Amino acid sequence: MSRRKDNYETSRWLKFKKWVDGETDLLSIGMEPEVPVSSEGKERRRDLARRKAYDQELIRLSAEHADKTAIMKARSIRYFQKFYKVMSVILCLGIILVLLWTVASLPVTGNADNPANNEVAARYIEKGLQETGAVNIVTGMILDYRAFDTFGESCVLFIASCCVLVLLRLDADSKNENIRKMIAESDDRHFEPKNDIILQKCACVLVPVIMIFGIYIVLNGHLSPGGGFSGGAVLGSGLILYLNAYGYDRMSRLFTEKVYKRTTLCALTFYCLAKSYSFFTGANHLESGIPLGTPGAILSSGLILPLNICVGLVVACTMYAFYTLFRKGGM
Amino acid sequence: MRLFECILLLCLIMCAVSVAFARDLLTSIIIFMSYSLIMCVIWMILQSPDLAITEAAVGAGVTSILFFLTLKKIRAIRKEEQDEQEEG
Repeated sequence: MSRRKDNYETSRWLKFKKWVDGETDLLSIGMEPEVPVSSEGKERRRDLARRKAYDQELIRLSAEHADKTAIMKARSIRYFQKFYKVMSVILCLGIILVLLWTVASLPVTGNADNPANNEVAARYIEKGLQETGAVNIVTGMILDYRAFDTFGESCVLFIASCCVLVLLRLDADSKNENIRKMIAESDDRHFEPKNDIILQKCACVLVPVIMIFGIYIVLNGHLSPGGGFSGGAVLGSGLILYLNAYGYDRMSRLFTEKVYKRTTLCALTFYCLAKSYSFFTGANHLESGIPLGTPGAILSSGLILPLNICVGLVVACTMYAFYTLFRKGGM
Repeated sequence: MRLFECILLLCLIMCAVSVAFARDLLTSIIIFMSYSLIMCVIWMILQSPDLAITEAAVGAGVTSILFFLTLKKIRAIRKEEQDEQEEG
């Protein structure tokens, strides 16, 4: 760039460079034998050649007028690109270093003096079984001591599915042409049932197992690992598998938009009311009147079992609703 | 057991890196799925089975399905689309 040749436009180097950049084809500069073409093609080729000549004229003119500032500009852009690459690598390394340093200065896992090992955790572990009646201490925590957080989480899920509904739902009653076209495009019901034998046979075996496993996780949330959220996710994936194998028509016998709305709203309302009652009595040192039962039995630990079922229903419905909304913008 | 953990963690790091470097979006989603499955086994080893169940159902199942659907919506899975046109 520093030194300019006078006959640069006609030099071999420029031709080669243009060929590498894909700006010219080899036919026009005579580096490749020309294939005979029809008259239409010839005309087009002539057009192309004319345009190319015009382009080259433009390049020549602009090269004449290109003064020092343009060269400086190009150089600064190149420098900036180099600088950008180097800086991105340095930034990445810096962040990695900071993160590793932070991890290194964390207290050792399982140390007795850790800040997490305080009286709250001790109380949960010592009196958890006695106060909540749940053998699975994790569920006892999230659905009894910290039940309000779990209510917030369920509401977040519900709000998320509402947002997806607002963004992705296609209104069937709409008079807008485009939306109708989109509905027709995304409505793949007329491909169904797909009669995919492998998928249907697999689903035939798997769906009952998945559903029973999900129900087991939800119902045994207070006895064994799991609970509303994980069981609900398993149930939701079972529903999605069934829908994929057998199509919307069979699914709509069991699960429609109305069912989704009613289930979700009922579950959230019940959760809210039951836990409000429990908090009200607990905060005022009243007898709640909810029997805790014997730990280990399925009907025990007071409100945890119904709350688990509520969370499971909300999660399963949300997963299924996400799937259908993403797939075709409606249920 | 120690060796098994090390292998799993190595696989985890490899998956995490190759998700970012995979050219094809479909490939990176499938790698992400395997990442979730490895993470599920690691949760199991770390003695938190409830997290393992959730990871398997949400991470490997539902999230990947939603990713696939999004790819289909933005028409990034070409082959499937062609198949559908042939069917229809």
